Amino acid sequence: MATTADHFQAHTEDHAHDHDAHHTPGFFARWFMSTNHKDIGTLYLIFAIIAGIVGGAISGIMRAELHEPGIQYLTYWAQLMGGTSDFDTSLHMWNVFITAHGLIMVFFMVMPAMIGGFGNWFVPLMIGAPDMAFPRMNNVSFWLTVVGFFSLIFSMFVPGGTGPGAGTGWTVYAPLSTTGSQGPAVDFAIFALHLAGAGSILGATNFITTIFNMRAPGMTLHKMPLFVWSVLVTAFLLLLALPVLAAAITMLLTDRNFGTTFFDPAGGGDPVLYQHLFWFFGHPEVYIMILPGFGMVSQIVATFSRKPVFGYLGMAYAMVAIGVVGFIVWAHHMYTVGLDVNTKMYFTAATMVIAVPTGVKIFSWIATMWGGSIEFKSPMVWAMGFIFLFTVGGVTGVYLANGGIDDVVHDTYFVVAHFHYVLSMGAVFSLFAAFYYWFPKMSGRMHSELLAHLHFWGFFIGVNVIFFPQHFLGLQGMPRRYPDYTPAYEYWNAISSWGYVIMAASMLLFFANLVYAFVAGKKVGNNPWGPGATTLEWTLSSPPPFHQFETLPVIEEHHDYHDHRPADQREPA
Amino acid sequence: MSILNSTAPRHGLTRIVAGFAVLLALAFAAAFLAAGPAQAQSETTLQPDDLVAPAPAVTPSAALEQVPADEAADVADPDAVVDPAGTYTPMAPTAGKGMPVNGGYDVQDQHSEIGKFARNLHFGLFWVMVAISVFVLALLVWVVVRFNRRANPTPSKTTHNTGLEVAWTLIPVLILVGIAIPSISLLARQYETPPEDAVTVKATGYQWYWGYTYPDNGGFEIISNMKDEAQAVAEGEPPQLAVDNRLVLPVGVPIRLQTTGADVIHSFAVPSLWFKIDAIPGRLNERLLTIDEPGVYYGQCSELCGARHAYMPIAIEALPVDQWRAWVLAQGGTFGDAEEAEPELAPLQGPESAVPGAPGAGAPPTEDTSPTT
Repeated sequence: MATTADHFQAHTEDHAHDHDAHHTPGFFARWFMSTNHKDIGTLYLIFAIIAGIVGGAISGIMRAELHEPGIQYLTYWAQLMGGTSDFDTSLHMWNVFITAHGLIMVFFMVMPAMIGGFGNWFVPLMIGAPDMAFPRMNNVSFWLTVVGFFSLIFSMFVPGGTGPGAGTGWTVYAPLSTTGSQGPAVDFAIFALHLAGAGSILGATNFITTIFNMRAPGMTLHKMPLFVWSVLVTAFLLLLALPVLAAAITMLLTDRNFGTTFFDPAGGGDPVLYQHLFWFFGHPEVYIMILPGFGMVSQIVATFSRKPVFGYLGMAYAMVAIGVVGFIVWAHHMYTVGLDVNTKMYFTAATMVIAVPTGVKIFSWIATMWGGSIEFKSPMVWAMGFIFLFTVGGVTGVYLANGGIDDVVHDTYFVVAHFHYVLSMGAVFSLFAAFYYWFPKMSGRMHSELLAHLHFWGFFIGVNVIFFPQHFLGLQGMPRRYPDYTPAYEYWNAISSWGYVIMAASMLLFFANLVYAFVAGKKVGNNPWGPGATTLEWTLSSPPPFHQFETLPVIEEHHDYHDHRPADQREPA
Repeated sequence: MSILNSTAPRHGLTRIVAGFAVLLALAFAAAFLAAGPAQAQSETTLQPDDLVAPAPAVTPSAALEQVPADEAADVADPDAVVDPAGTYTPMAPTAGKGMPVNGGYDVQDQHSEIGKFARNLHFGLFWVMVAISVFVLALLVWVVVRFNRRANPTPSKTTHNTGLEVAWTLIPVLILVGIAIPSISLLARQYETPPEDAVTVKATGYQWYWGYTYPDNGGFEIISNMKDEAQAVAEGEPPQLAVDNRLVLPVGVPIRLQTTGADVIHSFAVPSLWFKIDAIPGRLNERLLTIDEPGVYYGQCSELCGARHAYMPIAIEALPVDQWRAWVLAQGGTFGDAEEAEPELAPLQGPESAVPGAPGAGAPPTEDTSPTT
């Protein structure tokens, strides 16, 4: 033991003098064998952007098809993906698109960007750690996610029953996903979930270990920035929920390939069992997608209001409460399967409870701004957009929580509108807020604030035009996952499709902004956002050194939960 | 701890939150009650026993006498009568009734008892949603106007206000309790057990059409496929909702509607009757349905079931009871109360090993084989 420690000590001293030379790996070693949390975070962000382009393009095909009644474009896509041009194959293509859009956006866009991207980048920086606890496992997490994505894309080109690809919906309900889908496509889609899930479980253990063991001296749990709290809660949700998904989809695989009958009533199984298992994972999963966003918005609102977060402990424990309650509300996704009345009453009541901690968060953000000195930089406008749109998505969630009301809106476009308000607006707005907030830190260059604001307004108007009319469609009874509809649904569908055009145009501004920043963006110092930015990442250069905090920062007694800067970097009181 | 900075409580925000909550509670109560006096009255009559032993509202045989004469005249299409010879003309749908309306932004008009009750709750919830969203938006606008850098150059240092935090935890709880009471009551109504003599219909989801059997009326089956678009338009029906053979049901009597799936999961949904129940292989789901007035009510499969998921609509034609009975007879169906012999149940199959002389059969179990002896 002593020898090892001595050796390690000697090793460090040997290399102390040529530190920089030690840390400039070649291109391949740096990006393909990375053990650096910032590089892996960057890889995750690039990956999430690419996956987002694919998933967003698929939704473009879907909105084009739904612009008017009838089947317009699906036959073309069916042939392109290697299918025949018969009608059923065209319709199958629709199911493949909705499945791919859902899986890509959930597992390969939002999760990698939030946890893999910003989590990797900023959890170590914010807690004053040199890196993640398990750097090599971090690398494995990323590449498992990439391979999972390839498996999902591959599934779209192999037979899946009535045509190429897995047409089961992202929920992969049995028996449509077992006896209802012949061919290897569904197996590849399930394998994609296994790989992405394994990557996420490894990532979750990494975050939990890092946050519990590698905080800078003096940074107690109750001094941790709220973004770190949010990632900690998310990591626990991942760790507890994903194994249940893994079990459920493994049973699907054996039902499909090895003659088991877990979900087949002919052999004593039950299709509803699959739904219970899936949603036991699936409901925590939706909080996995939004909790890091809560953390990001808390950091941003405090920074640009130049005020500490209001009700810090309430904010932290509201996230813990959301995480805990998130595990006991899953069957509100299954109100129509024939649950008995007491079960339905319980899940109605339990689901509505979640509105309480969520309300605490909304009001605390507003109270943080109240009395503040708010500067409306791009991250702040995205964060404020988040607060309002997430509230709208939240109140329709309370509406849907009512089991009796759900009988008319279950599996309609109302549900689609609801979860896009909390995800496509909640999660994605927080992602863009975080991107503009931390982009100068990550790249060392300032983006164009003008383009970022234009991007915000285009995106804000676009997504609202897409999704608000979908509430009306749902109330009128239009079911989800329909490529074609009766003409009575045309009015709102056409408007919704035009909203997509507005949203897509605003995304061009986002990419133009990226190009602008890297070509002509102004170089920034440690802290471009002023005295409100008080967490540790702003004490480092932009971009931060390849290895930071070789001397650990110390959080003294006089630091509060909000301000972790050394005394000499604080503004005079 | 430094987060317990004691600062002057901001009574302004506290008052706004409290005042808003009171307004919200009043608005919800007003909306819920005003939306339907009938509902308010019926809510008070809902007893806990309703969950266990509901009294049948109308029995099919009683309804025969009770159908008001003008109800038959209410049928939109005078051609929709069934003459004793057994010819049956499908009823023409009424525009905007039992089907979506282009540009419509609310739930469809409701034509079942449950639907009318639920619609009031829907309105109440709608106003709660609007009020909360507008409240949050107003606070955000106020913050933008009042606390921007120019208007308020020096930020306050407030980080805590126990009274405020307790208020915005407890007030939402009260609002949610206010929602939960009518919501639970709606659930209790939806789960009322159909009376024993309710009309039983079983809907089976197939890839991709519906089959409707009438097990109490001789067990005949109606196979219902989507009508071709051109044909639907020519016959004055909404395309993609019209079917060749409708599910014909009686008006004003309790119907025990059962669903099951033959291959994958489907879902039997009719928005204008506030009715949706999954059709799952290996399960028989059941729900009570009482339709208020004659008409054609359209619905669509609401659980992803494969390629032609969008092309297996549901069309219910609700007829006055006597016309419905005539229709059943015309389909070759029977009625138990019309001197038809009850089909004899097949004797229960005993365990094979209990059959005397079966290979390997042991002695039949006797009452003495309890483990205590």
